Parts: sequence; structure tokens; C-alpha cells
Amino acid sequence: MSATALAAPATPAPARRLDPLALLALPGLAFLGVVFLLPLLLLLWSSIRGAEGFSLQGYVRVLGDPYYVGVIGASLQLGLVTTLGALLLGYPAAFALARAKGGWQVLLFALVFLPLTVSIIVKSFGWGIVLRRDGILNWAMLNLGLIERPVRMIFTEGALYAGMINVFLPFMVLPIYSVVRMMDPRLPDAAATLGASPWFRFTRVTLPLSLPGVVAGVSLVFSLAVAAYVTPSLLMGDRYMTMSMVMAKAFLNLRDWQLGAAMAAVLLAVAAFVVVGASVLQRRLGGR
Amino acid sequence: MERLGLGIAWTALVLVILFLLLPIVVVIPVSFTEATVFRFPPEGFSLQWYAKIRNVDGLLGALWLSARIAALATALSLLLGTLCAIALVRGAVPGAAAITTFMVSPLMLPGLVLGIALLQAAREVGLRDAWWSLLLAHVVITMPFVMRTVLGSLSLFDFAMVDAARTLGCSYPVALWRVLVPNILPGFVSGALFAFIASFDNYPVSMFLVDVRTKTLPIQLLNYLEISPDPTLAAVSTGLIGLTVLVLILCDRLVGLRRMASI
Repeated sequence: MSATALAAPATPAPARRLDPLALLALPGLAFLGVVFLLPLLLLLWSSIRGAEGFSLQGYVRVLGDPYYVGVIGASLQLGLVTTLGALLLGYPAAFALARAKGGWQVLLFALVFLPLTVSIIVKSFGWGIVLRRDGILNWAMLNLGLIERPVRMIFTEGALYAGMINVFLPFMVLPIYSVVRMMDPRLPDAAATLGASPWFRFTRVTLPLSLPGVVAGVSLVFSLAVAAYVTPSLLMGDRYMTMSMVMAKAFLNLRDWQLGAAMAAVLLAVAAFVVVGASVLQRRLGGR
Repeated sequence: MERLGLGIAWTALVLVILFLLLPIVVVIPVSFTEATVFRFPPEGFSLQWYAKIRNVDGLLGALWLSARIAALATALSLLLGTLCAIALVRGAVPGAAAITTFMVSPLMLPGLVLGIALLQAAREVGLRDAWWSLLLAHVVITMPFVMRTVLGSLSLFDFAMVDAARTLGCSYPVALWRVLVPNILPGFVSGALFAFIASFDNYPVSMFLVDVRTKTLPIQLLNYLEISPDPTLAAVSTGLIGLTVLVLILCDRLVGLRRMASI
């Protein structure tokens, strides 16, 4: 599920002159150049532009203020916890999904896939109903006798992590599933024939073969979670500020464009680091 | 030990599916409640919240706007993306790998960063019209989905089959229509579907570009959730979920769900 997973199309023999077919790429390239690349460069430019010429004031304010450093730390922590939780749940689930037979696999696949297509607003709204004081979880626990009176769950960090994992879990399961599905199930069997213990088979055969899927899933979930906006602001509000929330506030409420642009550049750097890191890892894994 | 591993995997899958479906399924009973708050278990049965959908200010307008923007953006992306994919697969394009990465890169960019960049650029060039800036932004959002799937299916297609069809007596356009189109159709349909959903659902980019009169559905829904959270929202959500299930079933019938998502 990353750009690196796409095989670069093979280019036919070196062009003598410019191939007229190559011109077909121009409209799309020009469009993204003007509507995507140019605005992005403009944003980076405005993060180093002060009232009178060049200024790093925005970065000094973001990286020198303990509050904003704390926000960056909180976003990274949210990304890490979400990724770890999704990996622990998603990895074994992806195996079961890949090993399911025939019609079952289609049905189970659809059930994992469906939440991806449901609006994030609807899902966050649903989480609210689940976690409310008079919500389904408290109701279930009361009836089971696990608790004596409703507990407050919404607006807690635990609820935020659960909600984040809920939203991003399919992005972990699907890439791992698509790698495991292509794996030859006879390989662990062959290792077993050669006397490998189950633990050895898993750590030396199955796990290394599934790593490309894990790298794709981890990088996807982390980069989505670290930049998340809707879920944290609905489940936590101002109590848990993420980089995205600071950016939104800076642009929409404070009209402080320099602050917002500098924060955006920091988030962009994190995202670029993850993408580049993942593609280097993928190349290493593929090149063995 | 072997059985233990398999047991863990199956337990995890069942838990994952229950966990994923929980927040989606709970809104359905709440939408039929008689009470004015969403308490669980819901009390009684009524369709009043569905009837109220019509009275919510701007909701149907937002739905219509989102549908139009998503359809237009997807169509434009399909046009620009397909042309680009044909050039990359069939033509001698210098730096083809770099161009491919560039065309799918909006997908890896945090949505808010894209939204802010576009807001700033729109102000810079004096584009004040929310409708047009939304449409342009959504073409950027949808392009990676279209590029990935169309490029994927085009590069898997063996163009010698078109020549074979012509040898067997088809004219060139007929050969394209009877051989090329059926082969790459699943890629097109799934790319278009993903693109449409990505646009229809987008919040972080749109939030910077909407104005008071031009609001997309996710923005309008979140506004409503913040101002007056009542079961009307559950009714709208149930409707959206039903629509999604319908589209998924349709796609499964047309191209096969697994084939769609494997690209």
C-alpha cells in the first residue's frame, strides 16, 4: 500500500527523439505541479518568511516553546501507541484472514474492508455512543456485574487510543494480508520436515517473509495516526493537542500563519522521514 | 503449538472484526429510538429521526455538493491519470519512476498540510470561490488512487493481445474495446470507487476551503454533531452505512471485492 510497492513501469528502448506518447503525461503532471507542488513550496516558503524578509521565528516558536514541543511529543506518542496496538491485533488477524477458505475469506475480507469505506465522522460518532456514561459498554458491564456504577470512559486517553486503533486497524491488516496470501504455505512445512521447532519456524521462516507487509502497514498507520485530526478532536477535544490540531487552530482561529506553517513543516518532515525510511527498508527486504 | 498459533490468529481475527464493526453497528439501533438522547439500550421504535433529516439545515445540500464534487473530481482524475498512465506504460518517458512517485505522492502527505497549502495558494492568487477550490483540491486528493490502480492494471496488461486480436480480423478500435477494456476495467472501477470515497469522506483538506454557503457533507455532519447531537445524526449515519454496503455489494458483483482491493 505504498508507492514503492508499485513496480516502476519498464521504459522501452531509449528514445531517439521525444516520444509523442510521452506528451500524454503532460496534462496530469502540469495539473499536480500547479495545484499540488507549487502550493506546498509556497507553504514552506512562508514558514521562513517574517515581516521583514527571511526569518526562522516560526521554527524558534515551535521548537523553543515547551508547550509546542509537548504537542509534537504527544502526536508522536499517539502515533506509536496506535501503530503498536494495530500491529499486535492486526498481525495474527491478517494470518487468519489469508488462510481462510473460499467464501469465508470473501466474507471476512468484506467485514475488514467495510469499515474503511464508512465515514470517519460516523465512526467517531459511534465511538461516542459506545463509550458514553449511558452507552453500550457501560450498559454491558453493568448487566454483567463487572461494575456497580457507570464509569467515565469518554475523554480519557484509553478511549482515545482505542478509537485511533479502531480507525486505522484496517490499514495494518490489509497490507500484511496481501503479503501473507502470496506466501507459500509449504515453506514452514518444509522447515518442519527438516526438524525446525514451531518457534524457530515462525521466527526464521514465516516472520521474515511477512516483513514487507509489516513495514508497509506500520509506515501507513504511523503516518496516518501522527497526522490525525478528526478522531482526537472528537474523542478528546482540547485536552490532547496534536500537531494537526495546533495547525488547524493557528490557521482558522488565531490567524497566525507563521506558526501554522512552521508546524506544518515539522509534520511534513516526520511524514517524509517515515516514507523514505519505509522505502529504504522495503528495498533492503526485497534485495536479499 | 501449531494449533495454538492458529487459535491465536483466529481469535485475533474475530476480535478485530467485532472491534471494527462495533462503532458502526451501534448507530443503527440508536437511529430508531423514541428518546431524544442516544441512551443504550434504545427505547421504543420510531422513524421520527429519519423524518427529521429533511429539516436539518443544509444537510441535503451538503450531501448533493459532496456527491457532485466527488464525481467531478473522480472523472477529472480518471482523465488526467489515465493519459499519464498510458504515457508511462507505453511511451518512452524520461524519469518514469520519479513521475510515478510524484503522481501518487499526495496520498502520503498529511491531509491538513495539503489543506493549508491550498488555502494559502488560493488566497495568493485571489481564488475566493469555495466551489472551485474544493474541486481542484479534490482532484489532487483523488489522483493517487486513480494513478495506482490504472497504472497497475495497464502495466499488467500484455499489449501483444491487442495485436493478436487485430491479426484475427478486428479493427484497431474494436480490438481495444473487446480486449483492452475488459482487462483493465476492474482497475478503473476500483480506482474510481476508492477515489470517490476518498473525496466524499474528506475532512482535513476540505475544512480549510469551505465557506458558509459551500459546505461538504463531512464538514456539515461534524458541525451538526458539535451543535446539536441528537439521533438525527444516527439516522443519517445509518443511511450512509446502507449506501456503502450497497456499493460494496455492487462492486463485488461487478469486479470481485478481493481483486479490487489487492491492487
